[in-house]
Amino acid sequence: MRELSLHVLDVIENALEAGVSWIQVRIDEDLEADLLTIEIVDNGRGMSKELLDRVLNPFYTTRRTRHVGLGLPLFREAARRCDGELVIQSEPGKGTRVKATFRRSHIDRAPMGDIPSTLLAPLLSGHAVDLDYTHSVEDRKFQLNTAEIRKELGNIPLACPKVRDWLFQELREGEASLHP
Amino acid sequence: MARLKNIEELKKLRNEAQKDLMVRTQTGTRIIIGMGTCGIAAGAREVMHAVLRELEVRKIEAHVETVGCVGMCAREPLVDIEQAGKSRVRYANITPEHVPRLIEDHLMKGKVIQEWAIGRLDARKIQ
Repeated sequence: MRELSLHVLDVIENALEAGVSWIQVRIDEDLEADLLTIEIVDNGRGMSKELLDRVLNPFYTTRRTRHVGLGLPLFREAARRCDGELVIQSEPGKGTRVKATFRRSHIDRAPMGDIPSTLLAPLLSGHAVDLDYTHSVEDRKFQLNTAEIRKELGNIPLACPKVRDWLFQELREGEASLHP
Repeated sequence: MARLKNIEELKKLRNEAQKDLMVRTQTGTRIIIGMGTCGIAAGAREVMHAVLRELEVRKIEAHVETVGCVGMCAREPLVDIEQAGKSRVRYANITPEHVPRLIEDHLMKGKVIQEWAIGRLDARKIQ
C-alpha cells in the first residue's frame, strides 16, 4: 500500500469484523532512535493460536466473500523492507495487538499518509466502537479519545453530519500540530 | 481529548445536532462506501474523503457510512447511495474525480448515472 495509514485502516477494519467496542491506535515517531512504531490494540474476539499461525498467509482468510487475505501479509512486508517487523499477539476472548516497527528514515518507508480520513472511516461504520488515538512525534503529542467525546454528546452518534465534520476538523488540526 | 478548549464547542454541537437528529434519521440520505482491504487498496478512503469534501462544499447534510468487503473486490471502490423512498443504487469503480458528478446528478438532481451504476437494492429505512 502506498501509505502506512492504509495499513492502519486495514487492521482497524479487521478489528471491526472481530466485534470490537474499543480500539487503541498508537503511533510513535522517535527521530533520535530513527524508529517508527505503529501499534493497534483491540478488545475483539481475538484469535486462537492456530488462526494466528495462518493469519500471515496471504491465501488464508476467515471471510466467505473472497479467498485471499492480503492485509496483514502486506503490512508485514512493508515493515520488513524497512528493517522492521510485524508482531501479532492475540488471545481468544481478549483481543488482538498488532505492532509494526520501521526504520523511520528508510528510503522504502511509505509516508504515514492521511491519518484523519483513516481514523474517521471506522467511526462512520455501523459498529459502535470507540477509538483511543495517540500520535507522538518527539515531544509533540496529539490524542483523541472518542469515549470522552461520546460522553459529551449523549445520544448523538459520531456519524451525525455535524459531529462528523467537527471530528474530522479536530483530527486534521491535531495531526497538523505535530508537524508545525 | 487533548484540547479541552473544544469541549464548549462540542456541547454547542450536541444541542444543534439534537434538534434535527429526529428529522434526519427518518428522512436522510446515506452514502455507503466499501472499506474492506480491497476497497482500501483501490482508493475507497480517498473516495470517502472526496465525498465528505463535496458534501461540505455544497452544505449537504447526508450520512456517510463505511462497510466491510461485500465480495465484489474487482469493482471497488463501491459507493451506494440511498435516499428515502427510493432504491439504493450501487456504483462501482468510483474514484475521487467521479464524486462531484455523483453528488450533483444523483443526490441533487435525482438522476441515476447509468454508466457507473451496477445495481439497485431495495430501499430501507435508516436505522
